[in-house]
Amino acid sequence: MSVLVYIDTLSGKVTKSAMEAVQYGSMIGETTVVTNGSISDGELAKLGGVGAQKILVNRALTSTDAAQVSRLVKAAASSVNATTIVFSQDLTGKAVAPRVSASLKAGLVSGAIALPQSDGSVPVNVFSGKAVGKVNVKTAIKVIALTPNAVGVKPGEGNAVVEEFSADLGEVSYTVKEIKKQEGDVLLPEAELVVSAGRGLKGPENWGIVEDLAKSLGAATACSRPVADIGWRPHHEHVGQTGVAIRPNLYIAAGISGAIQHLAGVNGSKVIVVINTDPEAPFFKAADYGVIGDAFEVLPKLTAEINKLKAQN
Amino acid sequence: MKLLVCISKSPDTTSKIDFTNNYTEFNEAGVQYIVNPYDEWYALVRALELKEQNGGSVTTITVGTANDDAIIRKALAIGADNAVRIDAAAGDAYFTAFQIAEYAKVNGFDIVFTGKETINYNGSQVGGMIAELLDQPFVSLATSLEMNGNTATISKEMVGGDEVVELSTPFVVSAAKGMAEQRIPNMRGIMAARTKPLEVIPAAACDHLVVFESYELPAAKSACKYVDADNMAELVSLLHNEAKVI
Repeated sequence: MSVLVYIDTLSGKVTKSAMEAVQYGSMIGETTVVTNGSISDGELAKLGGVGAQKILVNRALTSTDAAQVSRLVKAAASSVNATTIVFSQDLTGKAVAPRVSASLKAGLVSGAIALPQSDGSVPVNVFSGKAVGKVNVKTAIKVIALTPNAVGVKPGEGNAVVEEFSADLGEVSYTVKEIKKQEGDVLLPEAELVVSAGRGLKGPENWGIVEDLAKSLGAATACSRPVADIGWRPHHEHVGQTGVAIRPNLYIAAGISGAIQHLAGVNGSKVIVVINTDPEAPFFKAADYGVIGDAFEVLPKLTAEINKLKAQN
Repeated sequence: MKLLVCISKSPDTTSKIDFTNNYTEFNEAGVQYIVNPYDEWYALVRALELKEQNGGSVTTITVGTANDDAIIRKALAIGADNAVRIDAAAGDAYFTAFQIAEYAKVNGFDIVFTGKETINYNGSQVGGMIAELLDQPFVSLATSLEMNGNTATISKEMVGGDEVVELSTPFVVSAAKGMAEQRIPNMRGIMAARTKPLEVIPAAACDHLVVFESYELPAAKSACKYVDADNMAELVSLLHNEAKVI
């Protein structure tokens, strides 16, 4: 079976969720990757380690324009006779996958959290993480958009050929006037470890203890909605129903009560640690580990213990 | 400016999620439906603000049965001028997008708005599909949208940041947090909504591309294990040795 995986490499790097999507594709069939932007052959060659056979790169297309990227993906899919097209359900995948699906009249499964099952159905997140749906695609070509961090990635050995790939991309949809890059090394949607804090931190000047813990773990930082709304933290850190939905291996929440809207964004996390002064905080019901205590005291102690552990290993 | 806003219904955020018929159908018993928050707070309200600034009209469109009329009236109460309901049980995203695109082709809109996703199926599919079917640009996950004549300046989320893009109408845009603030309908709006036009149109023939075969509920979470606030060494040990996440 021929599988095509589209990955966004506009940052010039192969991200973890890109590796994950490629490995997912390679578990379904013989995998070709298509991407765009000015990324080096050396960086792309990493994809051999997650099962890519061939990488098609269009370096001329350097924007996220969903119409143009979808034409690139369709041309690549047709050139390798792909019967499954895989995206990461990231911000680019969310824009491009529906266009490809509608154009090819190929059923789209978005938010996949596992490989296709023996009956052909693909498990997806529904009801904001409160249930799993099993989706069957009724068309010959299937499009799957994979939730970041759902299946994980384990790079091995392997080589992939990198080829330039050109296609008729049609008209440009829009002019890009400005790009604002986020600060921080770890992208929140694909982070395995996340340290998050809420109003309990009392003010933006107190975030140092959150950042210290995140740094010691190599984690991304996140926050609750009120904190983003009052401008203590940037909006892209807001996790919850109206913000980003994430599913890290570990989610540490300090000073967040755990309203249902917040849980909707984090209930896919594998392990949840809740730190709160209020023993009645609803978040404890969703937690694996709970600490009843003041974040200002608990977080520095936790950071110190993490540093000890890192020093031992 | 003619603006079309796609409105979907979704269960209230606090609804208990359960299934019937051997886990093949969502259990609607006792479920309170609301306008999907992204459609209402961000897409609809921004469309209304643009109309207030520049004139024009705001039409809402919903693919659904008469059961959806209550949430459609809510959208009218918030301020939409008129509503269209394509009379069909909601199918997959392609079916919904196809119906909306057919209507939009005939009636011609400057901007088609959707929410960034629904809170029940979380697919983020319909907006991009409408754009493809209309052969128009799609600007996804917009956090602000300003019009100057027929030129739009839009901030949108991208992997690892945000970008500002500029384009001319017509186009399709999906709205995320930041686009607008929630509006509570007032009594005058609620009264006026009762008599605003709600046109019901038969659905066009269209295949479903995917089908939800069944559902599962996650296993119940085991009870929270409490660790003393003075014993973070124990927490680290549990995370390292028991949960194996660090």
